[in-house]
Amino acid sequence: MANKRPSKALLSAGILVYLFLYIPLAVVVIFSFNDSKLNAEWVGFTWKWYEKLIHNDSILRAAGNSLIIAIISAAMATVLGTLAGLAIHRGRQKWLPALVLGPIAMPDILIGVSLLLMFILLNVSLGMVSIILAHVSFCIGFVALAVQSRLAGMDQSLIEAARDLGASPWQSFRLISLPLLMPGIIAGAMMAFTLSIDDFVITFFTAGVGSSTLPLEIYSMVKIAVTPEVNAVSTLLMLVTLTLITALSKISPTVLRQ
Amino acid sequence: MRYRLPGASTPATWFHKPVQTLINRAERLRNNLMALPPGLYLLLFFAAPSLMMLFASFRYPGEYGGLAPWYYVEDEQFSLDFTLENWLRLFESSIYLGLLFKSLGYALLTTLICTLMAYPLALMIARSNKRFRDLLLLLVILPFWSNFLVRIYAWMIIFSPQGALTIGLNHVTAALGIEPISLMFSSTAVITCLVYVHLPFMILPLYANLEKHDSRLLDAAQDLGANRFQCFWLITWPQSLPGIYAGAILVFIPSLGIFAIPDLLGGTNGIMIGNVIKQQFVESRDWPFGSVLSLVLTGITLLLVLLAAKLGRTAGTDNGK
Repeated sequence: MANKRPSKALLSAGILVYLFLYIPLAVVVIFSFNDSKLNAEWVGFTWKWYEKLIHNDSILRAAGNSLIIAIISAAMATVLGTLAGLAIHRGRQKWLPALVLGPIAMPDILIGVSLLLMFILLNVSLGMVSIILAHVSFCIGFVALAVQSRLAGMDQSLIEAARDLGASPWQSFRLISLPLLMPGIIAGAMMAFTLSIDDFVITFFTAGVGSSTLPLEIYSMVKIAVTPEVNAVSTLLMLVTLTLITALSKISPTVLRQ
Repeated sequence: MRYRLPGASTPATWFHKPVQTLINRAERLRNNLMALPPGLYLLLFFAAPSLMMLFASFRYPGEYGGLAPWYYVEDEQFSLDFTLENWLRLFESSIYLGLLFKSLGYALLTTLICTLMAYPLALMIARSNKRFRDLLLLLVILPFWSNFLVRIYAWMIIFSPQGALTIGLNHVTAALGIEPISLMFSSTAVITCLVYVHLPFMILPLYANLEKHDSRLLDAAQDLGANRFQCFWLITWPQSLPGIYAGAILVFIPSLGIFAIPDLLGGTNGIMIGNVIKQQFVESRDWPFGSVLSLVLTGITLLLVLLAAKLGRTAGTDNGK
């Protein structure tokens, strides 16, 4: 069958697109080892940008903030999102899907500025707490979707069987539904974690003095000047995400497909 | 999932009906209890801020930024203090509407280029050997997992005036006798980066659609004498439209609202509506007008989502025939 295999033209077009996706990132990584302040010409290999990084307190503090915010937001969003996913699946509350999926459909900037407006009007001081509250609100939807897609593929007769055999609603949930839902919940939690640690726009509007996160720190560095130190942070960040994904694909191979 | 009393299908005993009603009620209560925490949270941190923004768009800006009070008391007379001024300001000069159309244009161009680039790749993956598909797909997602700002930063390096690309291009322009060009701080830089950041959003839904196509349709078309172009244009393309609609909405909406890319790569020429919104809220602190611009963007987004849902549905039913 001629159509089952991609033609040569298709293959080369595909490879070109892959190059477009990877060359910019490769440039960042390569120049992080370049012994020159300019990201322009290869001079020689060095570790010095990484060494500089270890002594950069503001970056380390921002990385710590990012991690704390991501862990707490992911935990909160996982609980609320799982409940939302279950409730949407049963479909009794017609208003719930719009509320849960709304933040996913809206451009980030709109969520950011409207939360900024509310926090200031209500005298909520901007800082870690406001960032976490904001992150949870846009992560709930992603967890709910992951849980819901898992629920959609679940065999309802298993639960009915448990109930027929005398399990209470709670028992059938804890012993049957929850273990079956677990991959969806874990996928949702990981998604919430990465969305939170990666977020720039919403954090930009809801952060205050002293609550800078890693993306905010990178933004302010880049605004001033392009230095190889940014390349070094970026490379490390890529390494961390890469490790995380590899670990995740070992834990639950189906997660990445969502 | 409704719980029925064991033996409910056997001849009813006198207590079955009231007990069943109680169980139904308990289940309804449990459903509501489950929806309550996420519902309340999102009412508070998504719906309420949006409403406050609507409210703010009719208020006067405060003296030192922020908002002026929404009422005033004069001679013990309580009066509301709302205005349409902020909304009228939108139409007073062509600046803001012009910028809005320019942003729509950028987002549209980004979506088109993304479609053109994503199609061959998605098709290539869908037609590859099953064993390699997951790996090829992972290679699409991988760059997307690196931080948003890192991906913008990469283009700052590539487009920088000292970069090899600019220098190389200017050798060419010099040979041709044209003025040297600058890639940094241009709309080209903005759109290239917009495409780069959003490309996976087009590839993934398109692949999900293309993968489901029945290859026997293509075989049949070929047997009936269709050439390769006809095979694509009459079979593959119409079937892939729902995937394109899904991808287009995922690319267009975030592109429209973006501010970081024009901020870092656009200079003064490349700014978009997102930059003005950010400016109103952060720098000039004119919140009412910032709210107006945000609401316009919200309105466009909602319209597009509804349109896409409708297009997706009609395209879906067409395929079902």
